[in-house]
Amino acid sequence: MNWQLPLMLAQTNDSTLEELRKRTEAISMQGTAVPDSSLVREGTSNPFATEYWFPTQASSFAGEIDFLYMAIFWISLIFFVAIVGSMVYFCVKYRRKDGVIAPEPSSSHNTAIEILWSVLPSIILVWIFYVGAETWFEMRIPKENSEEIQVTAKQFGWLFTYEDGDQTNELHLVRDKPVRLIMQSEDVLHSFFVAAFRQKMDIVPGRYTYAYLEPIKDGVYRLSCNEYCGTGHSKMKTACIVHVSEEDRKNNTKWIEAEKTPFENGQRIYQIHCSGCHKVDGKAATGPALNLIWGKNETMIDGTSELVDEAYVLDSIWYPEKHIVEGYGPVSKMNSFKGILDQKDVDYVIAYLKELKKSTGDAK
Amino acid sequence: MVDANTRQKLFGTPETNFLNCSKGWKSWAFTLDHKRIGIMYLIGVTVALFLAGIFALVLRSHLFTFDSTMLSDDMYNQMFTLHGAVMVFSFIIPSIPAALGNIVLPMMLGAKDVAFPRMNLASFYLWIIGTGCLLGAILSGKGLDTGWTFYTPYSIDTNTGVIYATFGAFILGFSSIFTGLNFLVTVNTMRAKDQGWFKLPLFVWSLYATAIIQVLATPVLGITLLMLIAEKTLHIGIFDPKYGGDPVLFQHFFWFYSHPAVYIMILPAMGVISELISVYSQKRIFGYSFIAFSSVAIALLGFLVWGHHMFTSGQSLVVTLIFSAITFTVAIPSAVKVFNWLATLYKGSILLNTPMCYALSFIFLFGIGGLTGLFLGALSTDIHLHDTYFVVAHFHFVMVGGTLTALLGGVFHWWPKIWGRMYNDFLGRVGCFLVFSGFNLTFFPQFVMGSRGMPRRYASYDPEFQAFHQLSTVGAFVLGIGILLSFVVLVYAAFRGPRCSSNPFRAASLEWQSSSPPDFHNFIQTPVLTDPYDFESQVYDEELDTYIPREFANPDKVAPRKEPVHH
Repeated sequence: MNWQLPLMLAQTNDSTLEELRKRTEAISMQGTAVPDSSLVREGTSNPFATEYWFPTQASSFAGEIDFLYMAIFWISLIFFVAIVGSMVYFCVKYRRKDGVIAPEPSSSHNTAIEILWSVLPSIILVWIFYVGAETWFEMRIPKENSEEIQVTAKQFGWLFTYEDGDQTNELHLVRDKPVRLIMQSEDVLHSFFVAAFRQKMDIVPGRYTYAYLEPIKDGVYRLSCNEYCGTGHSKMKTACIVHVSEEDRKNNTKWIEAEKTPFENGQRIYQIHCSGCHKVDGKAATGPALNLIWGKNETMIDGTSELVDEAYVLDSIWYPEKHIVEGYGPVSKMNSFKGILDQKDVDYVIAYLKELKKSTGDAK
Repeated sequence: MVDANTRQKLFGTPETNFLNCSKGWKSWAFTLDHKRIGIMYLIGVTVALFLAGIFALVLRSHLFTFDSTMLSDDMYNQMFTLHGAVMVFSFIIPSIPAALGNIVLPMMLGAKDVAFPRMNLASFYLWIIGTGCLLGAILSGKGLDTGWTFYTPYSIDTNTGVIYATFGAFILGFSSIFTGLNFLVTVNTMRAKDQGWFKLPLFVWSLYATAIIQVLATPVLGITLLMLIAEKTLHIGIFDPKYGGDPVLFQHFFWFYSHPAVYIMILPAMGVISELISVYSQKRIFGYSFIAFSSVAIALLGFLVWGHHMFTSGQSLVVTLIFSAITFTVAIPSAVKVFNWLATLYKGSILLNTPMCYALSFIFLFGIGGLTGLFLGALSTDIHLHDTYFVVAHFHFVMVGGTLTALLGGVFHWWPKIWGRMYNDFLGRVGCFLVFSGFNLTFFPQFVMGSRGMPRRYASYDPEFQAFHQLSTVGAFVLGIGILLSFVVLVYAAFRGPRCSSNPFRAASLEWQSSSPPDFHNFIQTPVLTDPYDFESQVYDEELDTYIPREFANPDKVAPRKEPVHH
């Protein structure tokens, strides 16, 4: 299984490594067939109804987005009818009659009306901005106790890794269970998009991006790549299945089972690559101790503070000069592990750090 | 007062004009005359429009069925890339400023030519070389499949002709800078005596605002594209994470130019519309200074909103919030212009000829394009709509419904001035109707598809979208026929149309004081400075069958002037 990959990496046996990489690719490319149309819609032919414009509202914030959309829709419609209506009316009423070219005199300037039609739309715009931003905060800030799923995008397929290390090629979620998607790309830009959730986020190679949502309706939805990624861009879609319960998801999903948990893989990588300089007993060595750093605000040598999250760990492993913790300067003593540990391996290290924090934290 | 002979000489059809004063291909290829350069530009951008239009029709034909096999996925990707790149860089950016602006701007100032005629010609040749390089991507047999945005790291990974195309866009950028710089200096230094800033036609204001953007923003694109070429060939590690670069940085650089470029496209169009609405209502433009300053406001605010193309890119939350807020401020000056045009129509004397039909179509289509921008400026709705067909429809309403419509309107408006011949107005209006209805049929269904989640740049799609795609495809062909008909009407008029007089539309801006076609030096005698929106200053001359400035008229035949109405 592909879970041997980091372990093999540690032994740096190139031929085995290459073979394992191929097998990983093979697994992530075997998508389960997605129904032709998984964009579930209630459907109506009335263009003034929300259901006409949108697929099912399957996430907690979908309703709010649709509300704002329809509010702007009506505001726009009123303005548009007023603009085009008066335009047509003027064109009929004041159309040039034969022989009469000079129009009847009328004003060519009126400061009061100019200010009125600048200020009135401004007020409406402030309201639109405010409502848009309010919902967007909800879409961009994770909920407490979210389930964490790793999303790996590549040309042209998806791989989802769950907390226990099992994987799927479709995204399996549980109704009413908030989720935090931690996304990475193996090659070029991609974008996670499920229209039924109204959620979208680009997946950028070389860093982590995140998407948060809480599915509120079970069903099968279309998950598509929304950022152009090359030849097979339009084929890079899969299903997103929202199950009614955890048991339902466990039993009705074709899992690619993991032989080892991400924690165990991470521990192995730690032992091979990191343990020389970083201890897990809380004592500082060449580098800071790792047992309690996850989620902590670390003070840097320049006095700034950095939250230890996925991006921080990735940067620290690939670009050690980027964040130097106070007391370990002025230059980093660590070499870059870029090219030795890939982003998936960093995922395992992160899983290990989280577990360490949990166990040592609990012990205290 | 001038006698009849002088009037005939100034406003009648002269024996020599800029078209027949010299002959042979060299007299065109090496001309320094802004009018001839403008016409060559017009021919150039028309070729680009037809080429990119054919790509569009191929795309639409492919999308007629959801599982079409007309094009392979790679072919489809190349087709939409070339459609976008040629339309943006070779057609729409130079269209109104470099073609129409070149012909009209110096004449509106009562000047003989632009400030730097050689630079003007160089700009045109750079356009040819740049477009050649862009198309070199096809001729090299590699094609181009990155999308017109050249997003990294795909543009670095792909084996297609990215270097040809980006180099082409780089050169086209210089062409654009040359035009902009020329216009800035021309407007600053070559205005007619006593022609203050507030006596300029609004088209000049909008070209001036455009020129500011061209000169300030385009160099950023140039450098970005060079860095992309360097990253692709030398792996300098700036845009590709493989070498330690950041793809989001490329997006920032790219949109720092490409968002202001949107205003390079739309501002001149707004200027054209201000002229048309006023002339064909025979009424002073309403709120002149508000329209003039809104052009400048749009140009400046346009520099501060590029991040709204990147709400889902992974840029920081604070930055995203600020960009959304500033984006809404751009809506105000745009709305002010629309309201002012409507107020100009009020109590006007409205002539519904071909240019006016295009101007009214512009208000309709730009209205939809602008209002749908609200859905995309608001953060929560943009997350859903970003990179779907909603965005495609939105920017086509602005770029095609706005700029192309205004270009056609402007070309019909100034065509009799350029050629001294009139077009068939009925067929012109039929063309306008086909363009208007075909356009709406093409792009309106795309709003519905986008809201329902149809991503852009997809070679195949879910069957439920098929009906909308089919409407869109039919519309695209109607639009194509409309443009072709307008083209035929215009070309026929240029060579075979009935002769027309110097000022058939009773316009008051200075270019109408020259004969049609204008003399090589534009004006035989220094033009009489008139207020461009004071239509009372024009009087009808029976002998010449045209409108001429009051100062030149036979005093026996002219009714005393009514005081122009202000306030």
